[in-house]
Amino acid sequence: MQQTVVYTRTAVVLHWFIGLLISAGFMLGATMTDLHMSPRKLKLYAYHKWIGITVLGLVLLRLLWRLTHPAPPDEPMPHWQRVAAHATHWLLYLLMIATPFAGWLYSSASGYPVVYLKLWQLPDLVSKNKALADVLVEVHGYLAWTLLWVVVLHVAAALKHHFFDRDATLRRMLAWQRR
Amino acid sequence: MKRHAPWFSTIAVTVAFVATAAGDPTIDASKSSIIATFRQENVPVDAPLKKFNGRIDYNATQPNAAKAALEVDTGSLDMGSSDYNAEVRKKPWMDSGTYPKASFISTSVKPGAPGHFDATGTLTLKGKTQTLSVPVTVGKAGSAMVFDGAFEISRAYFGIGDKEWNDVVDDKVKVRFHLVE
Repeated sequence: MQQTVVYTRTAVVLHWFIGLLISAGFMLGATMTDLHMSPRKLKLYAYHKWIGITVLGLVLLRLLWRLTHPAPPDEPMPHWQRVAAHATHWLLYLLMIATPFAGWLYSSASGYPVVYLKLWQLPDLVSKNKALADVLVEVHGYLAWTLLWVVVLHVAAALKHHFFDRDATLRRMLAWQRR
Repeated sequence: MKRHAPWFSTIAVTVAFVATAAGDPTIDASKSSIIATFRQENVPVDAPLKKFNGRIDYNATQPNAAKAALEVDTGSLDMGSSDYNAEVRKKPWMDSGTYPKASFISTSVKPGAPGHFDATGTLTLKGKTQTLSVPVTVGKAGSAMVFDGAFEISRAYFGIGDKEWNDVVDDKVKVRFHLVE
């Protein structure tokens, strides 16, 4: 049997770590806004922002990696699935960049700059502007929810390939081999 | 109707003339700003105090005769979100209900380099007072006098803020002002 070509270790690590961070960031984001004003709320906002900025940085790194280390060739599948899979992947990249970026913009517009890990203050992308902040928080929210649904689709497709088609699609992202 | 003696009107006219020549010492709040910077989780948050009034009597030829008096509405502190604003007006913070005003009254002025002076005075905030010495830079915007400066206060000293917030919000609050007459 021919050995399956898998993703590089770097791609695998980045994939799962970013996935974990997105889940944590999303859950925090969805719950923290409804909390009553408290020191804990401020801390959660800070963690949410740090997670978002980490995702942004890692996704850019991963994109760079992907462009220099091509993904393994597609498993055999109908043409439309191939197209849908690739479209989903690039949509994910787009959303993984746009969502934290919109969050960063929102932070700047609302006058609460991002101080990454309490250490480094990121530059404000726009100056303080309440009206703009009100729009940006909506945009950030819509992007986050869209990202969630695209992730759900991505996971469902991976499970479908693993359990129904019984191909190597998911295993390529679980394997731990040097390539 | 009571008649004023002629000398009285002469003095009144002279005083009015001198006041005009020196410019109106009343602060024009629409062109001025007073901004408090809090630090929470090391994030600097600028909160303008939107309502204030006062006057600064300053004459470059007699800088040590300068006088300043300012009054600020504590309820006008704008943290940028309604949640925060509601929080900072509460009793453990600014307690704007009980202490609606904060003030600074100068007691002495020490001239420094040209265009600079140190204003020493009394800051009254939330029922407590502190003597502050504030370095001020004098400038001009058109014909108006402009005064810029900054100082730092301790929240703990004035009893501003709940203890539970202390590991999130820094004790030191920087206040900077840009006052245009």
